[in-house]
Amino acid sequence: MSLWSRFATNRAAVIGLIVLIAVIIIALLAPVMFPKGPWAMVQRPFLAPFDTDGLPLGTDTLGRNVLAGLIYGARVSLLVGLVSTVMALLIGVPLGAVAGFYGGWVDEIAMRFTEFFQTIPNFALAIVLVAILEPSLTSITISIAIVSWPPVARLVRAEVMSVTRREYVDAARLAGLSNLHILTRQVLPNTVSPIIVMASLMVATAILLESSLSFLGLGDPNIMSWGYQIGAARTVIRSAWWLSFFPGVAIVLTVLALNLIGEGLNDALNPHLTRKGKS
Amino acid sequence: MKHLKLTTFLVAAMLATGAAAQEDGGRLDLIVQPEPPSLMLGLVQNGPTQMVSGQIYEGLLRYNTDLEPQPSLAKSWEIAEDGMTYTFHLNEGVTWHDGEPFSSADVVFTTKFLQDNHPRFRAAFSHVESVEAPDANTVVIKMKEPYGPFINAFEAGSMPIVPAHIYEGTDYATNEMNATPIGTGPYKFVEWSKGSFIHLTKNPDYYIDGLPHIDDLYYRVVPDAASRAVAFETGEVSVLPGGAVENWDVKRLTEMDGVCSTSAGWEFFAPHAWMWLNNREGPTSDKRFRQAVMFALDREFVKDVVWNGFGKVPTGPVSSKTNFYSDDVPQYPHDPDKAKELLAEMGYDGTPVRVLPLPYGETWQRWAEAVKQNLEEVGIKVDIDSADVAGWNEKTANWDYDMAFTYLYQYGDPALGVARNYTADQIKKGSPWNNVEGYENPELDKKWAAAAIEPDNAKRQELYTEIQQQIVEDVPVAWLLEIEFPTIYRCNVKNLITTGIGLNDGLRDAWIEQ
Repeated sequence: MSLWSRFATNRAAVIGLIVLIAVIIIALLAPVMFPKGPWAMVQRPFLAPFDTDGLPLGTDTLGRNVLAGLIYGARVSLLVGLVSTVMALLIGVPLGAVAGFYGGWVDEIAMRFTEFFQTIPNFALAIVLVAILEPSLTSITISIAIVSWPPVARLVRAEVMSVTRREYVDAARLAGLSNLHILTRQVLPNTVSPIIVMASLMVATAILLESSLSFLGLGDPNIMSWGYQIGAARTVIRSAWWLSFFPGVAIVLTVLALNLIGEGLNDALNPHLTRKGKS
Repeated sequence: MKHLKLTTFLVAAMLATGAAAQEDGGRLDLIVQPEPPSLMLGLVQNGPTQMVSGQIYEGLLRYNTDLEPQPSLAKSWEIAEDGMTYTFHLNEGVTWHDGEPFSSADVVFTTKFLQDNHPRFRAAFSHVESVEAPDANTVVIKMKEPYGPFINAFEAGSMPIVPAHIYEGTDYATNEMNATPIGTGPYKFVEWSKGSFIHLTKNPDYYIDGLPHIDDLYYRVVPDAASRAVAFETGEVSVLPGGAVENWDVKRLTEMDGVCSTSAGWEFFAPHAWMWLNNREGPTSDKRFRQAVMFALDREFVKDVVWNGFGKVPTGPVSSKTNFYSDDVPQYPHDPDKAKELLAEMGYDGTPVRVLPLPYGETWQRWAEAVKQNLEEVGIKVDIDSADVAGWNEKTANWDYDMAFTYLYQYGDPALGVARNYTADQIKKGSPWNNVEGYENPELDKKWAAAAIEPDNAKRQELYTEIQQQIVEDVPVAWLLEIEFPTIYRCNVKNLITTGIGLNDGLRDAWIEQ
């Protein structure tokens, strides 16, 4: 069975994928749909959704189009999620691989270093980092990457340790291949599937983190994001529910889609681990 | 004589009817936000301290909402014609809250006490030659030079009279009586439960018969704006001072039954909001760019939308509520085409400008976003900076900004609250309360100085009008709004705001209809 057909047996995962693709397409089309950008004050403030032509989700506290904000916000959420995940992988994978492969004092040092980061609560550390670096898209992305790489390092280390004990690695050693060659050509490729699964979930977590930071007012003030929309609408939630409701739905849908895809990938990449009780 | 009798009778009649209508007793819960750092008004003069301690301490004078002086601890006063001598006649039979008698010696001591602890007082008293007490109920202040705004510097916040018998000869800052302030005011301090409430009670020995009316005041500390709104809705508190709830909630609360609101009671402060435009470097150093900014801004829109219609679009540096205001100045209506013309004329090259909002909550953030949008519509590229309160202080004090939001109080007179932002001698790195924009105009500096010591009010007006015309032409800062902070209260609370500093000394006359 091909990878895709195994993935496709999980209906939920397919739905997640469709939702995600839809979000990506909408995000890419944002400048075409709303050339004036998300900050343009287009109408009276506090127009309710579905009341006015051209403003299906109403307007916010300054008369900005909520739909435009939502769509531009998708760009930010996806970008932050993707870039911070790639950065976290770039830190976590090499560190975990080296620790797991060489063991001994290298492992000790790498793991103590990782634990240092793991003992500080993620979100608290992210807040501190953003506050120190001053809120901007770059500092937010970096902060999220810095708080999310430790689990990657631990996962990769465990995988590498188990793969390294396989016979084909011993065979490679006997063949006189260099350590670097063995690690990059023989070991790492065999740890890729759990990393992919983890990465898909990390994107979801990163989106949530970015939203939480923006909600607390630590977002980039020049960038419209979902978290910003909810944070700005918090004080008017009793008079204008739609300002926080729709961005909230967008976050839920996107994060849910990514989780479903992660699960689907897990099933597809680890067919032996297919959960019990599933036909 | 006949005349005098008639007046006396009329006054007595008015007092009688007034007294019959007013009811004594009851308890009033108010919000104070944020919690004051101390209640010793002579040492700490920030907003929340003034709001609570203005009931405990008193000044020599009060000011009505037209900023005319009214009796307080001084029952009458005379100013010599040359403006060089001020004579205050104090009320008799006044006692401190601990029973000690109050006298002119306390006033003389206060002028020494405040020299060390009250910057605004120190500035006003730099024009004073001597303070003397010829007898127990008279204070005579001799000036070095005539100083017109001096008569505006005697309310409780500008010059709170502190007790000599408690502070004389002690280290003021560490005196343990700071925790239990003793004043002459209509309410006495009872208890301060940190993080929860401050309890004041009626001063039964107050020197004005029949005042105050209310038995107990509770200033409640509620850190979250939404919770403060709820506390008012449920009736837990009856008075929300200006700025206690977000602007968006004001409309909802004032539409409730039995709820009144007023924007009076801020005349003395006349909070004036603007953006400092960095006059030293970048595009903002070009006068045409600064004028373009003024034409680009839709200030009416911000007033209506961000401030829910409260406030007034200013014409220049002096608030329309402050003395010596003039509207005979160049006007800057919302005119994007005119802005674009000016930008083209100066050859603006698209250099981005940074806008630094005030970190005081949602309203100010939205305001910065609206400004950014207005400026981008005429082709000015804008980045919004972000900073917390400490960061804002740091950036503005060190001139690390292009445009920065701020607002300052005016204290009734241009010499007290306006000049400090525009004269060259106020350009000092390290403080965000002076001429941060770096505007220098030696000719105007001379006029500012002359106007401050001009004894003739008509001539002062003439000078201030000329100053306003020139400054509005130069646009050293972008004036945004004369802020109004509506006070929201239950309508059964009467006579709440009767002075130009509103709630800060208003509880003396307030009463509750049962």
